[in-house]
Amino acid sequence: MFKYLYCIMVLVLAPRFSYAMHIAEGFLPPVWCAFYLLLSLPFVMIGLKQLRAKSKLGGDMKLFIAVAAAFCFMLSALKLPSVTGSCSHPTGTGFGATIFGPFVMSVISVVVLLFQALFLAHGGLTTLGANTFSMGIVGPIVAYGIYRLAGKSKTGIFLASSLGNLATYCVTALQLAFAFPSPAGGVAVAAVKFLSIFALTQLPLAIVEGILTVIMMGIVEKYSASELEALKGGSAYEA
Amino acid sequence: MKLKDYLMLALLALAIVVVSLQIGAGRGPLEGADGMAMEYISSSNEAYKPWFESIWTPPSGEIESALFALQTAIGGSIIGYYIGRKHNAKTNSCVCSRK
Repeated sequence: MFKYLYCIMVLVLAPRFSYAMHIAEGFLPPVWCAFYLLLSLPFVMIGLKQLRAKSKLGGDMKLFIAVAAAFCFMLSALKLPSVTGSCSHPTGTGFGATIFGPFVMSVISVVVLLFQALFLAHGGLTTLGANTFSMGIVGPIVAYGIYRLAGKSKTGIFLASSLGNLATYCVTALQLAFAFPSPAGGVAVAAVKFLSIFALTQLPLAIVEGILTVIMMGIVEKYSASELEALKGGSAYEA
Repeated sequence: MKLKDYLMLALLALAIVVVSLQIGAGRGPLEGADGMAMEYISSSNEAYKPWFESIWTPPSGEIESALFALQTAIGGSIIGYYIGRKHNAKTNSCVCSRK
């Protein structure tokens, strides 16, 4: 019991500062950069293939895909305040993942991350692979999985997008912990430290992202019923 | 969903942001966090030196926020275009079917 109380105390008191989603330029040793680049590449390739296939499904499908990208673009530029006294931003990937499947979002994330790395010095070219892995691969896969499991309801969409958001940040925490283990306690101590700070900072943002995704989903269900129907034909995992 | 539901949800999201802002403002400087994160890495792993620099950095905070606003605007305009176009298509087809 005392242990739990201590953990909560640490959670509440420790985070004087916290960590935004993207790992900054040059802040990941070259070996890790190469590792995540190679790890992310196949997912992006699958995504490109699916993107081509889905855009041929007819109707306003291309515009529909652009809307998913636009939502991602919009949300990932929206820096919001959090209870821990710092700012971070949502990812916007859960929305597209529930509609088009996770890998299409890998491609879209690369576009968003490139924009931010080139024009905003936010994230970086060397850390593009690592950031794609957290934002474009794990986050969307978690979102898509939860959407499938929780049933395709408003609650399902809310849970999928907010937990996908949290997953993205947890992966970033772990990536940093593996690359920068605590000198005293190794990877585990660093991971606990990074994660404890992440969890609380990201919580309100995850909830906001969940709500915004439900709103967006309501809009596309109203206007894009035919496209949604066409997408149901093929499973999101098929190319 | 009805318009009322959208408004309620939007208000709820806004309320969470405002409450977070209130609590957060009392606890920290509300700065963008990535710089501090990398500072933490530098202080806990003193041997580590970033090995690559951003190829271009916005010259000031104002320029940076302008570019962030541009990013949001690009996303927002596409969504706005989509809603307008689809809304129009819906109304027009209703008119046709009535004839």
